[in-house]
Amino acid sequence: MSTVGGIVDQVRTRLKESEYGDASLIVGIMLAIYVLYVLFGLSLGFNLNGQINALQRITFLTAVFAMAGLALNLHWGYTGLFNVGIAGFMAIGVYVMGIATAPIDPESASAIPGLGLPVPVGIVLGIVAAALAGLIISLPALRLKADYLAIVTLGFSEIIRLSFSSSTLQQFTIGGYTMGTGGNSGLNLAGDPSRLVRDFYETGFGIAPLDSVSNGIVTAFNSVGIERVVAINVTYTMLVVLVLVLVYFMMWRLGNSPFGRTLRAIREDEETARALGKDTRLLKAKSFAIGCGLLGLAAIFWQGSRGLTTPDTYLIELTVFVWIVVIIGGTGSNTGTVLGAALFVSLLQEGPRYLRNVIRNSFEVPRAPTSIADAFGSLGGGDPLPLVAYVFEELAALQFVILGVVLILIVQRNPKGLMGHRKEPASTLNLMDPRPESQTDSGTQEATDE
Amino acid sequence: MLIGLPVTMAMPDRFSRTEFGEVLRDNVLEILSVGLLALFFVDLLNSLANGTLALSRLMTLVWDGLIVGLALGLAGIGLSMTYSILGFANVAHGDTMTAGAFVGWGVVFLITGFGNAPLGELLLLGVGGDLSASDLGISLLARPLAVFLGIVLTGAITAGIVLSLDRYVFRPLRDASSLMVLIASVGVAFLLRYLIVFFYSPSQRALAVVPEAVALGTFNGFPVVSASRQALQNSESFLKLPFAFGGDTSVLLQIDAHEILLVVVTILLMLGLHLLLQRTKLGKSMRAMADNEALARSRGIPTERVIRWTWIIGGSTTGIAGFLIVLERGTMSFQFGWLLLLLIFAAVVLGGIGSIYGAIVGGIVIGLTTRLSLVWLPEATFARPVAFLIMILVLIARPKGLFGGRIVG
Repeated sequence: MSTVGGIVDQVRTRLKESEYGDASLIVGIMLAIYVLYVLFGLSLGFNLNGQINALQRITFLTAVFAMAGLALNLHWGYTGLFNVGIAGFMAIGVYVMGIATAPIDPESASAIPGLGLPVPVGIVLGIVAAALAGLIISLPALRLKADYLAIVTLGFSEIIRLSFSSSTLQQFTIGGYTMGTGGNSGLNLAGDPSRLVRDFYETGFGIAPLDSVSNGIVTAFNSVGIERVVAINVTYTMLVVLVLVLVYFMMWRLGNSPFGRTLRAIREDEETARALGKDTRLLKAKSFAIGCGLLGLAAIFWQGSRGLTTPDTYLIELTVFVWIVVIIGGTGSNTGTVLGAALFVSLLQEGPRYLRNVIRNSFEVPRAPTSIADAFGSLGGGDPLPLVAYVFEELAALQFVILGVVLILIVQRNPKGLMGHRKEPASTLNLMDPRPESQTDSGTQEATDE
Repeated sequence: MLIGLPVTMAMPDRFSRTEFGEVLRDNVLEILSVGLLALFFVDLLNSLANGTLALSRLMTLVWDGLIVGLALGLAGIGLSMTYSILGFANVAHGDTMTAGAFVGWGVVFLITGFGNAPLGELLLLGVGGDLSASDLGISLLARPLAVFLGIVLTGAITAGIVLSLDRYVFRPLRDASSLMVLIASVGVAFLLRYLIVFFYSPSQRALAVVPEAVALGTFNGFPVVSASRQALQNSESFLKLPFAFGGDTSVLLQIDAHEILLVVVTILLMLGLHLLLQRTKLGKSMRAMADNEALARSRGIPTERVIRWTWIIGGSTTGIAGFLIVLERGTMSFQFGWLLLLLIFAAVVLGGIGSIYGAIVGGIVIGLTTRLSLVWLPEATFARPVAFLIMILVLIARPKGLFGGRIVG
């Protein structure tokens, strides 16, 4: 296991010594991931559309998890708030957006009506609702010890999930407007963000010049052999990446503002921050609400292309995914969080499945036995293939096991993650710049002041 | 002197202010909740009186709540102990219970079905074959030995699981902050839960046969205890009180052997634990460690050994609780421990972290709340949210729990 630690240390020193900026670091890692997936695609015999779709999917998931990770980084990395209710806030964002944008008179009788608001309004409402929920839960809860806050937020997210899955709230009427959560079978997202992209390609939002622009784009894509569906997906992913860039920029500005510096002061020593006259409770509540709003935003864009969202999406597993993203990347570092999202999605979430398909494609793997006992039985008889087949069959469960192991190993060996060691300058002037030696000193000092 | 003066002046002032109004203001949430409880109680009596709530339903809800509550309390002791002695909220607690129950039940299957089915199929609780619970017919009355062995072995297996988890995951993190250990315990929860899925497949399975229930009720107004609902209606009873209430025949409550076993074993274990923690040196060391670990170590208490015993006691009680819950329900899925975890947290928080009585009382309160709230709730889905809501309110209003303190015992 020490080799893993060695590799991480090496990567760290590389990151520390690299002359390149954060943006090129992220782009570089993404390009490396793209190369890996192009190789996967080649060995799976994907055509051009398949290749682009796979890359598009990786980018999309990375962007979405990076957004959620940035929100958690604001909570945990900047302010030191232990939020384990991520899934609940994400659910609120998506459900409020879905209810707000569902048509008042749906075409099919089984669909649940909503408020019929335009998509952008729905997105804003979803974000505001998630932020408000964060504010309401944080005002009393932020007085508590950090691990109590964890229990409170965990309980809160379960309350939200169970309420959304209840049949009482499946459909209800308030003030003459009928709406609902759709209960256990989920909520149809009739007006989700991907609708914006589809409208753009279909009608150009009804504006003639835009329509001709969109037609031109489709023709351009077609001329290099990319189908319309793939073009729409790629455009949506570009939109999500654009939103991520905006969020990243916002977090960067926020982190370097007096507000962000005070948050970090709270994380390091709340008593001192309070003694210096900062209203730490208010600042913590603000940070919590902003982060929850961002979680809502991330979830809206994540679920925004699926057409349906179910309560089962918002189990504790989702919360843990976002935590893994932040912990891999390094708490407190926005760049690290984006890198963490890229590594989580490409290596831990999607990678094993691709690798399995590649192996299945190139070797003859028999049908999986019905139980692991049979698999071990044939292994004892000298035939390891049934065990391999069983592992492939149950890969989804094994991936979660791997996630658990990764989480434990990071906490045990590298609790600061890939970039958490880095001191992101709090002042607008980089005071450390003239003396690079003292920078490494302060790095080690920071490691001990936990 | 001038600086000292206002302080001494302030002293009597502070005492004089702790009057009725102050007490009222300090405990406004408690008073409100007691008032709310009284209101619900009055409403309960009212619905009983006007017949909207049948007495038999109320009794069944109370009995169910008591059983769930005792099981939660027993399972909560381990969580409470590790929380107060090791100082972190163990999110893997519920999944440890699941893991122990799966392995323990596998052993019970092996004992009862030995020779009737392949070993692997028995150990995997029927995965990969067509073994069903009714083939083995495990119940307390039909196979008492298997059930008792199951209780003991599941306790031992779960203790073994938590000991190895402590060795490889938690011991290296003794000096880490409690939040990092909490994150690691989330990793452990994932690891255990999905290893179970990997080995046993995610489906819900029937494991035990629910035995025929004893019926408590009235026959022509006389309170009777009969062997079954049918027997009661046929006037066959093995206990009949000599006085009558009204004149109708009805079954008020049905109790089966597994429920009784759960109640008896849980109470016995709790009494045993109480004695252990109050009367032995180990118990005293645990309490010392919960109060101040560094001081305890400097006074020569072997902290690592105490921690090991904490895990053993917590793990085995949790495992036994898991086994008994599965026996009582008759079914088990890979999520059952995780689904119980937040309820266990609610019980422990309510009773006060570190307190064993607190865990028991908190468990019973949470159990009764989740069941009795069904009287008012529109659907059963909301029962768990109600428990979590209580947990959140207690944490916010009274983070030390109903009984306060970080004292084990």
